[in-house]
Amino acid sequence: MYGSETGFLARESLPELFSLLHVQGFDIVAPQIQDGSILYQVITGAEQLPSGWQDQQQPGSYRLTQTESPLNFSWANGPQALKPWLFAPREVIWRAEKQPDGRLQFCEPDAPDRKLAVLGVRSCDLAALKLQDAHFLNNRYHDPYYAARRKGLLIIAVNCSHPADTCFCVSTGDGPHAEQGFDLCLTELENGFLISSGSETGNDLYEKLPLTKATEKQLHNQLQQKLSASKQQRALPQIPVKQLLSERRDHPRWDDIAERCLACGNCTQVCPTCFCHKEGDLASLDASTSEHLREWDSCFSEGHGYMAGHQARPEIKDRYQQWMIHKLSSWHDQYGRSGCTGCGRCTTWCPAAIDFVEEVNLICGDES
Amino acid sequence: MSDKPRIAVHKFSSCDGCQLAFLNMGEDLINLAEQVEIIHFAEAGPVAEDALVDIAFIEGSVVTAHDQQRIKQIRNNSQYLITIGACATSGGIQALKNLAADAADWPAQIYGQPQYIDSLDQSGAVSDYVKVDFELWGCPINSAQVVELVNSLLRGVSPIDHQDKVCLTCKQEQIVCTLITQGKPCLGPVTRNGCGALCPSFGRDCFGCYGPAENSNTIGLANRFAGLGLLPDEIQRRFKLVHASASENQRIIARDLTQDLAQDLAQESSDE
Amino acid sequence: MTRAAPKPQCDSHPYLPMEAEVVEFTAESPSIFTLRLKLTDEQQNQLYSFQPGQFNMLYLHGVGEVAISIVSDPQDERLIDHTIRAVGRVTKGLQQLKPGDRLGLRGPYGRGWPMQECKGQDVIIVTGGLGCAPVVAVINYILMRRKKFGKLTIIQGVKHSDDLIWRERYDYWNTLPDTQVLIAADHGGAVWPFHHGRVTDLFSKSIVDPANAFAMLCGPEGLMQAASTGLIDLGLQPERVYLSMERNMQCAVGHCGHCQYGKDFICKDGPVFSYPEISDRLGVQGV
Repeated sequence: MYGSETGFLARESLPELFSLLHVQGFDIVAPQIQDGSILYQVITGAEQLPSGWQDQQQPGSYRLTQTESPLNFSWANGPQALKPWLFAPREVIWRAEKQPDGRLQFCEPDAPDRKLAVLGVRSCDLAALKLQDAHFLNNRYHDPYYAARRKGLLIIAVNCSHPADTCFCVSTGDGPHAEQGFDLCLTELENGFLISSGSETGNDLYEKLPLTKATEKQLHNQLQQKLSASKQQRALPQIPVKQLLSERRDHPRWDDIAERCLACGNCTQVCPTCFCHKEGDLASLDASTSEHLREWDSCFSEGHGYMAGHQARPEIKDRYQQWMIHKLSSWHDQYGRSGCTGCGRCTTWCPAAIDFVEEVNLICGDES
Repeated sequence: MSDKPRIAVHKFSSCDGCQLAFLNMGEDLINLAEQVEIIHFAEAGPVAEDALVDIAFIEGSVVTAHDQQRIKQIRNNSQYLITIGACATSGGIQALKNLAADAADWPAQIYGQPQYIDSLDQSGAVSDYVKVDFELWGCPINSAQVVELVNSLLRGVSPIDHQDKVCLTCKQEQIVCTLITQGKPCLGPVTRNGCGALCPSFGRDCFGCYGPAENSNTIGLANRFAGLGLLPDEIQRRFKLVHASASENQRIIARDLTQDLAQDLAQESSDE
Repeated sequence: MTRAAPKPQCDSHPYLPMEAEVVEFTAESPSIFTLRLKLTDEQQNQLYSFQPGQFNMLYLHGVGEVAISIVSDPQDERLIDHTIRAVGRVTKGLQQLKPGDRLGLRGPYGRGWPMQECKGQDVIIVTGGLGCAPVVAVINYILMRRKKFGKLTIIQGVKHSDDLIWRERYDYWNTLPDTQVLIAADHGGAVWPFHHGRVTDLFSKSIVDPANAFAMLCGPEGLMQAASTGLIDLGLQPERVYLSMERNMQCAVGHCGHCQYGKDFICKDGPVFSYPEISDRLGVQGV
C-alpha cells in the first residue's frame, strides 16, 4: 500500500532525488522563471530551482515578485504545466511519400520514448491529466503519441501552499492538496519536504531517499498549510450549472461577455483539459513528401465551426458559449465530470480580463 | 514553351521587403524555379512586365496615376492575382496619409519643386482598383507563407487563408504574454498569425503588422487598453501603424475615443 | 445508447491512411462527381467493410483530408464510391483526380443508418440541398434488397430546380414498385413538373404507413428540424426518425474536438442520430 507513510527530506537533500531520477534515465522537468512567468522546462540539478518567488494573479494580470524565502514552490501556477509535455502543441502524426510511379506510401514517425519526470505538478493539473487520459487514451480510439509520452511520465506532485486569487480548485473538488495520480507527492515546509508515495515507482524512489520520519509538528504544519490554502476567494456555484448553462443561452450576460471577449483563444490554450486540435499538411514544393501535422486549436477559431459553405459559430457569443457550456456542461456527459479543475488560468491569461467564475455565477446566479 | 505555371512578381510603392521572402527561400528557391517559370521578377533578374502569366504577385500600394494604369494591365495579363504584404493588401504604412485632411498639400510642403511629384492623395490597396484572387498578409511576408501558398497553387487548390490570432502561436510556442505579465498594449488578440509571434518572442508587444484577424474585436481590445491606463490618443496610435486603412482598425481610429471612453467610464461607475 | 458504432478496424494507429486508387471518375454535374476507389493492398481490401451512412477520410496528397460519406453498396466487389460536391479546398482538388491516381483513405468511421432495425418496415427518406450523398447509400441499399423492406418514399427538396442532379435516377426510381419519388423546389422554372414549395408539404402524399415507417433525413439543419416535426405529426414514432448531422471533422476518431455537437462527437457518436438523441439541440444557434 502506497502513501501510508510520510517521510521528511531535508532541503539540502533534494539533489538526491535528482540523482536517483537521472540514474533511472529520466529527464527532469521543473518550474523555471522566464520572462516574468513560471514555465516548466528541463533542468539538470536542484540548484536550478527558483526560490522565494511568489505570483500575484488577477483577471488579465500576472506578476511575479521575489522574496528572501528559501521556498521553491511558494506560488500557484504558470500558464502551462503538464499538458504540452503530453499533448504536443504541434507535431507530425504521419508522413506521405509519393513514389516516382505515383504510388503513395504512408509512414508514422517514431513514437516518442523519452522518460520525463515532472516536478511540481499541482493537484488541479493532476485532475486535468486524468481528463486528458480519458480523452486520448481511455476512449474508443487510442492516441499513439499521447500514449507513448504518458508511458514515460513520472509525476512528482507538490501540494499547493499559495493559491492565487484566481484559483478555485476547492470548489471543483480538485485541490489544494493532491490525493492521487502521482508517483511521489511533496509538501514543502520551511526546511524541506514531506514526501509520500503513490505508485510502485514512487515507492522505489521513496525507499532510496535519505528520509527521516515525519514529526508530529511537521504533519501539523502540513495540515495547517492545507487549511490555509483551502481558503480561496473564488468558487464555482454549488448548483446544477450543467443544466442551467445550456438552458440559459438567451441570458443577456452572454452579450455582455461577447462585447469584451476577443475570441483570441488564450483561455482554451492555457486550459489544462482543452483537447481541440486541427490538422494540416505541409508538402515539399515538388510534392514528393508531405507531412501531416496537428496543432492545438481553439473553439474560438474560425476554422473550428467551419463546414463547407457554412459556419456553425459565426459570432463571438456563439464561441464563448461553446467554450463555457462544453467545459461545465457537455464534459459531464462526455467524461463523467466537469471539464474545469479550478486552476484559474483562463481568467488570469485572458487579455480581456474576463473572470470565468464571475460570469458563471452571473449567468446561473439567480439559483444560488 | 514549357507547361510549368508562369509567374510574375511586380513591385508598386513598397520597401521590397516582401520580394525578399522569395529570395530568402534558400533551397526552396531552387525547388520553386524547377516547378514554375519565373517570367518577370525585376529584383531577381527577369524582366517582362507585360507578359501574360498564370500567377502575378503584387507587392506595394497604388500611389500614382501610372500605378493605376499598370495594375489594370497586370490584372488583364494574369489568370490569378495575389497581393503580398501590407502595402498591396491594405495600403500599407504609407496609407497613413489617407488619414490626413491636407495630404494634397504635402508635396508643396516637402519638395522644392512639387510639380515633379506625381502622387495620388491616397495610398490604395490593390483591391481598391482590381479584383484580387488571394491576399497574403504580413509586413513583410515570410518565406514559409510563400512556400505554402505556391504549394496550394501547384496542386490546383485554393490557398489557406490563415486568419487565427497571434495569441495561438504564442501559446503553442510557450511565449509569455506581454499584455498579462507587463501590461503592454499587445495587438496579438486581434492580429493574424503567420509571423511566428516574432515580436512577443522577444518580449515586445505585437503591433499588428499581419493585419486584422477573423472576428477582430478591436473595440473590446481598445477598451482593455484604456483599462491598462492608455490615453485615447495612445490607443488610436496603436491601431494606426501598419494597417490604418483596414476597417477593423478604422473602428478605433475614426471614433471620437475621448468621448466614448468617458461615456464608458461614466457608465461603469454608475453600474457600481 | 443501444446503437453503437462498429468496432474500428485499425486500432493501433487511428490516423494513418491506407493507399487507394481511383478506379473510375464520374462527373455528375459541373460541381458534383463520384470517385470509385479501391484499396491497393489486397489484405486491407479484404478486411474493409462498412455500413450505409458511414464515412471515410480521403486524403489528397500534399493538400489534406476531408470526411466523405460512402455511397456504394456494402456488398459491392470491394469498390468504394464517394459522391462529392466540390465546395472546399480538398474537394476541389479531388475533382481533378483521374483513374489510376492514388490517394489516402482511412475508415470507415461513425455510426450509420439503422438498416437492420428497419427491415420489413416502410421507409421515408427526406433530403435537401445538393446531392445528399449519405441517403443515396440507403436508397441503393433498399433497392438492391427490395423485398426485405416495405414501401419507400423518397422526398427531395432543392432550392432551385436547376440544382436537381440525377433527374434520370429519380425518374427511374419512381417507376419501381412500392417506390415513390416526390420532389419540391423553392423556386421552380417554368417547365418544372414537380411541387413548388417545401418538402414538408409533401408528407401527406407519402405512400408509407406512418405507424410502421422509419424516416431518414439528410440536409440543412433547418430542413431536418422541420421535417422531423412534420413526420412526427404525421404519426411516425420520434425514435424512428433518423438524421445525418454534419460538423467539421478532422480526425474522425473523436479526438480533435471540431465535430462536437453538444455532448456528442458527430464523427464517432454519429453522424446518424435518432431524433430524441438530439432534439434538445436541433436548430439551436451556436451548438
